Amino acid sequence: MPKFAMLLFDNPSEFADLSPDQMQAVVQEYNAWCQEMAKAGKFAGGEKLADEGGKVIASRGAGHGVSVTDGPFAESKEVLGGFFIINAGSYDEAVDIARSSPHAKYGASTHVRRIDDV
Amino acid sequence: MVDHLLRHESGRLVASLVAIFGPSKIDLIEDVVQDSLVSALRHWRFRGIPENPSAWLTQVGKRRALDALRQDATLRRHEHDLRHRLESLANRPRHDGLDEQIRLMFLCCHPELPQADRVVLTLKLVAGLSTREIARAFLVTETAMAQRLLRAKRAVRERRLSFDVPESEELPTRLHGVLETVYLLFNEGYAVGQGEVVADGDRLEEACRLGALLIRDARTSTAAAHALQALMLFHASRLDTRSEGGMLLLLEDQDRSKWDRRLIQLGFEHLGRAMAGDVLTSYHLEAGIAAVHARAASFDQTDWAEIVRLYDLLYANKPSPVVGLNRAAAIAMARDPEAGLEALAALEGIDRYLYHAIVRGELLRRAGRTNEAREQFERALKMPSSTPQRALIARQLSWLNESQRR
Repeated sequence: MPKFAMLLFDNPSEFADLSPDQMQAVVQEYNAWCQEMAKAGKFAGGEKLADEGGKVIASRGAGHGVSVTDGPFAESKEVLGGFFIINAGSYDEAVDIARSSPHAKYGASTHVRRIDDV
Repeated sequence: MVDHLLRHESGRLVASLVAIFGPSKIDLIEDVVQDSLVSALRHWRFRGIPENPSAWLTQVGKRRALDALRQDATLRRHEHDLRHRLESLANRPRHDGLDEQIRLMFLCCHPELPQADRVVLTLKLVAGLSTREIARAFLVTETAMAQRLLRAKRAVRERRLSFDVPESEELPTRLHGVLETVYLLFNEGYAVGQGEVVADGDRLEEACRLGALLIRDARTSTAAAHALQALMLFHASRLDTRSEGGMLLLLEDQDRSKWDRRLIQLGFEHLGRAMAGDVLTSYHLEAGIAAVHARAASFDQTDWAEIVRLYDLLYANKPSPVVGLNRAAAIAMARDPEAGLEALAALEGIDRYLYHAIVRGELLRRAGRTNEAREQFERALKMPSSTPQRALIARQLSWLNESQRR
């Protein structure tokens, strides 16, 4: 079955005002969803990306080397916070799965991309 | 994940950091802890809960605290020492921070703070409730509660209140203040007098948890602490049976088969420990009364004579109108409604209390004095009350009307 990446974008300040109890409820909602997906054989892992220290490596053009700069990730409105890898038969199914995820409620946005296995 | 894990971790982490940075840095510490919790949220939702969440949070808390340390001039002066202490905190993975949490309770319940502030400060710092949650519990605006907390924290700073378990000669009085705050927290949570709910589970649960913390520490696990714990557990065991369909239920209408036997059992264990010494506090007496109810197979089979005896002792010890009211209700059961009404008439300064009108109305109803009973319930309806309380009063009134029509 094809694999898809759900790229999970956040608003960095999204959770700043929640109480510990509310935070716990959010964590449990995500965890329950992941478990449900895993049970259905749809979940293939997830990772959190570090907020700080991101780098952008850009080509200066052929033969001119590359430039390495700090990514302005923390300042931007949306940051790529992490990703889930899911199993889905088609883009349509992957999108349905992403829509059912708590990230559709709490995150800034989710990008769904098929992992190219050809 | 354990229920309220993050709330409890918040209290633990705040306490650990106050032990390192001192009470004057509470604002900074609260920011560090909030940041650490957000960090946990953002990790754990994608990767799941780590095997040892406490150790994970302590590590993150340490890193955030080191950042804060660099930015605070007064802390930077002691950087070497503070760094060392933060490192050793993070190197104790199974450290539960009991000592620090007890010390934080003594700080929040300091006699130099007004009683009402002690309760909210304890809820904020030790119990890990947010300002918004505390404001909702006390039915005030978030801004008002934020200001009150600010004032309380300023008092902690300006008066340089100590962050320590007091020395032995001072300990009994100070512990009394801590127990009183826990008791208040419990009582206020148990009988909510406004809004839609019968009780506030958060406050009850936290009161029981704080009581349990005190009992785990040898310095604070006194007979009074055990008695208070017993009292809270007995009441907590009936929590789920205290209302039905949005209506408050009186003790006689509660389904005793649904009382939580595990909590009752625990309550008796603590009561046993409380009785081991030779002190008798009002917590002992209140726990004793609750124990008689817990033991009774039914409302009618309750040992009312014993309950009156305990209320007599309690009233002598703590002559509050509320205790007098409960005592009158018990006398009515042990003897007859008229005897209860007589005891009620002897009380002063209780006319504005909702339960005075309800109990008086109920005793008059049982004495067959229907018109006077109706007056009392109508009076009760005009007083500030919660929706479940009003539902109960309305039902009592409708019973009166039915009995008169017959």
